[in-house]
Amino acid sequence: MTDKKLAIIATKGTLDWAYPPFILASTAAALGYQIQIFFTFYGLQLLRKNMNLKVSPLGNPGMPMPLGMDKWFPVLGTALPGMETIMSIMMKQKMKSKGVASVEELRDLCLEAEVKMIACQMTVDLFDFSTDDFIDGIDYGGAAMFFEFAGESDICLYV
Amino acid sequence: MADFDQELDASGLNCPLPILRAKKALAGMESGKLLRIVATDPGSEKDFEAFSRQTGNELVSAGKEGDKFTFLLRKA
Repeated sequence: MTDKKLAIIATKGTLDWAYPPFILASTAAALGYQIQIFFTFYGLQLLRKNMNLKVSPLGNPGMPMPLGMDKWFPVLGTALPGMETIMSIMMKQKMKSKGVASVEELRDLCLEAEVKMIACQMTVDLFDFSTDDFIDGIDYGGAAMFFEFAGESDICLYV
Repeated sequence: MADFDQELDASGLNCPLPILRAKKALAGMESGKLLRIVATDPGSEKDFEAFSRQTGNELVSAGKEGDKFTFLLRKA
């Protein structure tokens, strides 16, 4: 019904920051938008076959911690070895228990809905990634390629 | 006695899954048919209103049964 366009630039590769681009893109697809997401720098992690994303409590004072840990847990404690893994497992469990979709599920829904995903070729080369590291069905390109679509978009978001 | 053609149980699913599942269910239905949706996500009340306005699928009714939200959509 609508032929609106949504363009998103995804620049972050942590579990929490993986949600906004995929939730917004999949929802917009359900509303009939045409969508392109340009993945650059750490955002490339969101295109990997095996994402294994983590969330870090380090330097993240806004992150609610279980059992009131944020009230008394020393900031330095968040730098302890294994902390990131523990917090990531807890976050994934919490999301599952609340019926929040996994990032993998949302990404599959986006692909199914023909959301066009573009990996920034420059950063793919910069980090020595190979196309084998990434899922099938994506494009590789540069800023000019993205602007062709973004320039005509109704909404353009930088995440 | 069902007054709808298809039912979607989105209980326990959170944003944006109820909308995505509804979109998928509607895609397989003929124009004019009714889809009943059951959801527990409190955000779904506003979301289905917005979904209806933006996609043209009429929200025939919306209600609450206990802790469940129900919606009736007519495929455009």
